[in-house]
Amino acid sequence: MFAINPLRAAREVGNTYLARDRFTRVREWVAGVVSYLIAGTICAQAMPVNILYVQEVPAEPPGIPAVFTRAEDEGVAGARLGIEDSNTTGRFLRHDYSLHVVSNTEPNALFDAALSWKKQHNGVVIADVGDALLRNLMRNESMDVVINVGSATDNWRSSQCQTGLLHTLPSNAMLADALAQYLTYRRWDQVLAVSGKGAADKAILVAYKRAAKRFGLKILDTREWTFTTDLRRAAQQEVAQFTRLKNYDVVLVADAANQFGFYLPYNTYLPRPVVGTHGLTPSAWHVSVEQWGAIQLQNRFREEVGRDMRAKDYAAWVAVRAVSEAVTRTSENTPETLYNYMMSDSFELAAFKGRKLTFRQYNGQLRQPIPVAHPHGLVTQSPQDGFLHQVTELDTLGYDKPEVSCDMETTL
Amino acid sequence: MKRRLAIACLASLTQLSLADTIYVSNEKDDTLSVIDSDTLEVINTIEVGMRPRGIIFNQDYTHLYICASDSDAVQVMDVATGRIIHNLPSGEDPEQFALHTDNRRLYVANEDDAVVTVVDTQKRTVVAQIDVGVEPEGMAVSPDGKWVINTSETTNMLHWIDASSNELIDNTLVGQRPRHVEFSKDGSLLWASSEIGGTVSIVDVDSRRIIKDISFRILGVHRDKVQPVGIKLTDNGKYAFVALGPSNHVAVIDAKTYEVIDYLLVGRRVWQLAFANNQKLLFTTNGVSGDVSVIDTDDLKVIKTLRVGRYPWGLAVKP
Repeated sequence: MFAINPLRAAREVGNTYLARDRFTRVREWVAGVVSYLIAGTICAQAMPVNILYVQEVPAEPPGIPAVFTRAEDEGVAGARLGIEDSNTTGRFLRHDYSLHVVSNTEPNALFDAALSWKKQHNGVVIADVGDALLRNLMRNESMDVVINVGSATDNWRSSQCQTGLLHTLPSNAMLADALAQYLTYRRWDQVLAVSGKGAADKAILVAYKRAAKRFGLKILDTREWTFTTDLRRAAQQEVAQFTRLKNYDVVLVADAANQFGFYLPYNTYLPRPVVGTHGLTPSAWHVSVEQWGAIQLQNRFREEVGRDMRAKDYAAWVAVRAVSEAVTRTSENTPETLYNYMMSDSFELAAFKGRKLTFRQYNGQLRQPIPVAHPHGLVTQSPQDGFLHQVTELDTLGYDKPEVSCDMETTL
Repeated sequence: MKRRLAIACLASLTQLSLADTIYVSNEKDDTLSVIDSDTLEVINTIEVGMRPRGIIFNQDYTHLYICASDSDAVQVMDVATGRIIHNLPSGEDPEQFALHTDNRRLYVANEDDAVVTVVDTQKRTVVAQIDVGVEPEGMAVSPDGKWVINTSETTNMLHWIDASSNELIDNTLVGQRPRHVEFSKDGSLLWASSEIGGTVSIVDVDSRRIIKDISFRILGVHRDKVQPVGIKLTDNGKYAFVALGPSNHVAVIDAKTYEVIDYLLVGRRVWQLAFANNQKLLFTTNGVSGDVSVIDTDDLKVIKTLRVGRYPWGLAVKP
């Protein structure tokens, strides 16, 4: 073991010189000097691949319990790991990936920062921003290729999709369909819906209503959460009353900002599962995903970042990996070439979800299986068996080609 | 009836000479199942380290090396007694390995660490660690002992390591998530499976370039579920067998024309393969169904399925 630990230590401080036993150390020192001399000539030729990460940090609404607050580097951490993974490949191919992060609460400041970066770098932009800023960015001509990892809004994938805009974060509709398929499979089709008042809550609710119609669930009643008091001590009485209904199979909750959904499990009037944004939840990624080698990604992330990988981290990791896959296969670094490759039939990406991932050429959304999990474990992964599609079952999740009404070019 | 007859014929044949012993590592049971290739029964179950995956014999079959991934060790089992006699330093999370033709150096893929560790099995020391791509997985040594090949699953490359210097010489880019590599008997070709890419690439060893990509098509199975992993080539150069993961089939390929001849239905998520009884039988590990299928390589028929432990992973055969 002693031969291994110094290696890890050296690795952690980012040192390329790996400490080993004395003999190899001397040999490596010589090799190091030689490669340093060679590096002067070769590294000059390494092809730079620049990626910008734009992170809009919205103010968190009040009432969220402290333990549930967002990690500051959510998303960014995934992109960083993606860069590190890609540089391992890049080292062999002489591609040098780097990430520049701009982070702000102020959309205008971010807009300016993104534009000025674009003036100096011909690179792909990863946008982890709200819909308003994303709209502004996409209106600007210099923003040729943008990968959205921050917005699950369905409009971007149904009516406002546009050339140059890709999405690695699943849309609300994909998530809702993933859960609805499982509910249908279990025949838990009688649903009591509970939603918050916010626009994001309503958007999720709309996605669930669409999914209910597609997969034959019945929404018996929709109730809006209007409590403004801190329910912590009264949830036992209040939530039971609030969810009172003669019968239902599940309580579906739409609480985007995590303001009340956590009150529902185990407090419902009838002893039924809670699903949606709380309880049994569909998501791009979950800590309990271990299959298909995913445990390696989870371990790498935990080691680097010191917390579990979340959905946005995964979306950002996949965004960088998609760019890197395009760079690897085309040996080019311009956003135009990379976009054309990512949207072509040749593109495929292994990303720990048990099958290859590709982009939908009709709306730029990354096709992907969706894990459905409770906080402590994976329950299933959708699409469920038996939900068929003429092209790929993955397209039973989210807006399908005939439902999409926008002009999208697969080449720039 | 036909099947029983086949087994009976086979049993009488094998009684004469060729009863092999097949060791199967059970990833989620921390055990090895031992199968008699004559009776096709599990004759013993041996407890080993945590999460055993790759297993391999030394050249005289006295020792079995076991990648106990979650114990971060390569365990050495004395085959005669079934006891673990010592551990080798292996680096973290060893998954697959290959024994050099010198019967001494073990090349171990350390999945979590992006290195290949070279272990001296006699001195029980680490000789070298070689930086490779992300998630090193498949390992193979060329028949002449010159090349050591490692695949890295997330970097999508075959890494060519010169066995005399333990230096990385070259990289060949292949399909998504390369899992396994296998040399042809004469060492001129290298077969590499790409699990998520769904292809098997045949690489010319001299030029280190891909000369052919084989893809698969199974009726009634979506192509994304056809995920090649284990590969075995018959010594007579006739067939290549490829385990196709969650499609639950093993492909039979004409090793000369590279055409797929047949798909044989086996257990769920078929993973690794091993020949027994002078290559008359092929054993497959079926991870999800927890069993091993036995294929007759003359008739190209599955003749039996045996229950082993949970998540059978690797196979090693002792004559």
